[in-house]
Amino acid sequence: MLPRKALKKLNYKKNLPKSFFYFYFVIQSSLIMSTENYLNDISEIKQLMNKSSRFISLSGLSGILAGTYALIGAAVAYYLVITSSEGHVILNGSLYKLIILDMILILFFSIVTGFLLSSKKAKENGESMWNSTSKRLISSLLTPLLAGGLYILIILEQQIYGQTGALMLLFYGLALVNASKHTIGDIKYLGYMEIILGLLCALIPGFAFWLWVLGFGILHIIYGSVMYFKYERK
Amino acid sequence: MTNILLHINKAFDHRIRLGIMSILMVNEYADFNMLKELLGATDGNLASHTKALEKVAFIRVEKQFIGRKPNTRYYASDIGKIEFKKHIEALEKLIKNK
Repeated sequence: MLPRKALKKLNYKKNLPKSFFYFYFVIQSSLIMSTENYLNDISEIKQLMNKSSRFISLSGLSGILAGTYALIGAAVAYYLVITSSEGHVILNGSLYKLIILDMILILFFSIVTGFLLSSKKAKENGESMWNSTSKRLISSLLTPLLAGGLYILIILEQQIYGQTGALMLLFYGLALVNASKHTIGDIKYLGYMEIILGLLCALIPGFAFWLWVLGFGILHIIYGSVMYFKYERK
Repeated sequence: MTNILLHINKAFDHRIRLGIMSILMVNEYADFNMLKELLGATDGNLASHTKALEKVAFIRVEKQFIGRKPNTRYYASDIGKIEFKKHIEALEKLIKNK
């Protein structure tokens, strides 16, 4: 509509070259305009697909802190064992209970930190903390984790010891792989690493403590830093 | 050029409708509030766009009650998924051709 009007105005029979260029310009610019619109469309589609299916506000910093807690907890456990009169853990003694308490504290502080930092980040991203993606993330994370945790407690009750560290690493790894489809980042690879460490731990129980330190402490710190520098610092 | 333009689907020719389909492609379903929150649309606006997509059978609507609250769930239909894919491919071709 616009070109024809414009052509009439320019009286194209008398003045062909000028109007021709004008016409060319209108077509060209409208093509560029629409291409730009389509590009916007595509990027908006991608963004919506990610935003609607993945929880993007998982904080990397909380990974670093969780790793730090694990290291502190491990150091405390190590210290307790070294300074105890027996020199090694006697199960169902008071030392054993202290170490279980130590682990529960690590878990508790990691969860609280993760929750607080992620909700802060969600606020910054304009994402609500409790939406369908975070619900899916939490349920897919918790299902293997709870099953594994209960299983470990049950076999401890039945006095089957020695595989606790391996089982913790294994179930945690499986939980991460399972949850990875609901968030961004490379959490899947962290999960695979934890699974490998869990299997190694089962293979060489003598190193269980150090593999646990590696899996829950150092890997968390590395993963958290990668996430932090890759996605959070701009 | 005209070949590509044939696949540009008029039913998706709006930001909100494109958004609704994008969300339903990667989620099993979405309810009204989830769509509203993600797209930043008003109730009336969103309702008219979902109606339009429902009319051409690109999405499926299920109404139910959660407790006493009515809840509307939207699903992408098979046709809708196919048409949406074609639409995206056409968009990508248009961009590449430039």
